[in-house]
Amino acid sequence: MRVFRRAFVGILVVASAAHAQTSDSVSRRQQRTVDSLAAAVRGLQQRVDSLETTASAAPAAAAPARSGGAYMNMGFDALADFGWSTTKDVLSLQRGDHDPHVRGFTVPNVELTFDGAVDPYFKGFAAIVTKLNELGETEIEVEEAWAQTTSLPYNLQAKAGQFLGDFGRQNAQHPHAWAFVDQPLVLNQMFGKDGLRGQGARLSWLAPTETYTEMSVSVLNSFGGTTSSFRSNESGDIHGGVPVDHPVDGVTDLLIVPRITSSFDLSDTQTLVVGASGAFGPNNSGTKSRTQIYGGDLYYKWKPEVAAAGFPFFSIQAEAVARTYDAAPRTAVETGVALPAETLNDWGAYSQALWGIRPRIIAGVRGDIVRNSTSKFSAIDRQDRQRISPNFTWYPSEFSKFRLQYNYDHRAGMGDDHSLWLQFEFMMGAHAAHKF
Amino acid sequence: MIFSILPRLVAAAALVLPLGAPHAIKKLNVVATTPDLGALAREIGGDAVDVKTLAKPSEDPHFVDAKPSHIVTLNRADVLVEGGAELEQGWLPPLLENARNDRLAAGAPGLVIASQGIRMLEVPATLDRSRGDVHALGNPHFLIDPVDAKIVAANIAAHLTQVDPSDAAIFKANLAKFNAAVDAKLVDWQKQLAPFKGGKVVTYHNDFVYFAERFHLDVVETLEPKPGIAPSPSHLAKVIGTMKGANAHVVLVQPYQNRKTAETVAREGNGVVVDFSQQPGAIKGTDTYVDLMDTLVKSIANAFQAKP
Repeated sequence: MRVFRRAFVGILVVASAAHAQTSDSVSRRQQRTVDSLAAAVRGLQQRVDSLETTASAAPAAAAPARSGGAYMNMGFDALADFGWSTTKDVLSLQRGDHDPHVRGFTVPNVELTFDGAVDPYFKGFAAIVTKLNELGETEIEVEEAWAQTTSLPYNLQAKAGQFLGDFGRQNAQHPHAWAFVDQPLVLNQMFGKDGLRGQGARLSWLAPTETYTEMSVSVLNSFGGTTSSFRSNESGDIHGGVPVDHPVDGVTDLLIVPRITSSFDLSDTQTLVVGASGAFGPNNSGTKSRTQIYGGDLYYKWKPEVAAAGFPFFSIQAEAVARTYDAAPRTAVETGVALPAETLNDWGAYSQALWGIRPRIIAGVRGDIVRNSTSKFSAIDRQDRQRISPNFTWYPSEFSKFRLQYNYDHRAGMGDDHSLWLQFEFMMGAHAAHKF
Repeated sequence: MIFSILPRLVAAAALVLPLGAPHAIKKLNVVATTPDLGALAREIGGDAVDVKTLAKPSEDPHFVDAKPSHIVTLNRADVLVEGGAELEQGWLPPLLENARNDRLAAGAPGLVIASQGIRMLEVPATLDRSRGDVHALGNPHFLIDPVDAKIVAANIAAHLTQVDPSDAAIFKANLAKFNAAVDAKLVDWQKQLAPFKGGKVVTYHNDFVYFAERFHLDVVETLEPKPGIAPSPSHLAKVIGTMKGANAHVVLVQPYQNRKTAETVAREGNGVVVDFSQQPGAIKGTDTYVDLMDTLVKSIANAFQAKP
């Protein structure tokens, strides 16, 4: 192609030059002829060039349409918060690990995600989270790292590794998928600052029914920093005694998390998802003491027949969680006072409504409540609280967002607090798919 | 007692839990991600298949809710027809992950990648989101070029034949029928649009380039400054300027795009708004692919004819 082009250009130039020489004089008219010929050649050259590009691009593009070029999708997501609260001790108010932590700036979640097919049998996923704590020090955690089967028979699916517990709706979501700046109070109270997460395995079954129903059971270690109501080292904050360490003697020393979810399309434009979950395992107030947690959740979404970029929409998400915590007789760490055997009955709930007003603009409001039975030990992790949080989110594109949220907090015995937080998020890399 | 009940229980369980492979006389369950692919699957599959479509005709195919009911639909599918050019990447992957359906695995005969064999336009040389939400594999809105539709139809026929060889003759005949219909119509469509060769149009999203190339029209501007980026007033002012300068009168808008914005631009730029849809069924009387293209060609020809 290129050789042909050069020869063609050469012939034209020689021809026009010869024409110029044989003329008696180099008149303006001839010059114009040469100019116009040169312009024509340039035009032809451009057309030939574009033909070449098309010809060379076409086979590559028509090749098997999966060019991604990598065996793994990588994503990066960063959340930053800025704001002010009427309490100086912001950490006592914003107890989630991915919440704002100080007056001023917080970077509570900088996440790297990897996912892809391992081989024809497994899919893999990992989320490595780094963050800056309230002192500005970098912390790193393996938030998730698991493999999941892709081709088990009978609608079964198994997953193993470190993963977010399949309890309720929000617990298994990463912070960037949350509709509010902070963790719901009840999830913080029941599962701690990072939610329920651990090392274990999960088996799930999709029922062969017309309506969607999925049942799953997860078995997790009952110890570690992210098993707050069970044998976490920080459980002393719940029962007040010295955590009792004891070995795993049998299955009952593990944490069992069953869940069932069903979904109904109420109409072409309305969908309802309901779920029930449990978490059962030992706690470390004594050697035989146990914790039972029950949860119910629902999600409702309306989106009209014609929706630009998924807007407008209206959605409601609500979860209620109750806990029965059997505390063994123990000695209070701080006072040395003997604490009797007692059962702590605590519950909490949140409900949030989102209104997607027009493309990329969402208004939301959330109400939070937690209530605890009285105990001989007063714990910061068992404090009656309520909170109301209106917010407003704007997505410049699918890959960035600004969120402004006001929190009106009330803590029993501590009074009211007001906070205003501005959150900014950006993500790069693989296009995030949105779960329902 | 238990022994007399047991066989009945087993029989009941066998009825309730159809765990085996799809039955021979059962129609193939074909699922298409978008209605345009669904329409082609219906043309080729005919009576031998049941076609379900995930995205609604009126829905923005970039933003479909990954509803759990879609998981059930995909769990039962024998064949899935997907675009293959990342149009559905915001919602299809989590559905497929939970559908646990081996028949639709990558490389399986039950998975039809529609873009296979299509000469994709606008394949980006570099992946850079400062240029908007560009698709790595090229512009995914290729099905409004009838020649591309024939390629996709052949692709669907090949896969259906692999999955269900007993109905091969039906698929072959339907493909021949579809190709003949499109070939005949293509001549007609080209004739209708021939007088407007080089005609300039403005679109909301960059979703018209394949049609424009086939019928020699020229997309001079899009209302979105970059793919997936909302129109800004300054960009719209530029579009209006371009329309006046380039003598472009036709503003194309799909049902899920902001018609008010398109109307404002058309008014200011001395143009007319033309409703079009890539999806059969979104506009009345466009249930089949040929009807859809008929309507589209006619409405564009009318708009050019009526130009001020």
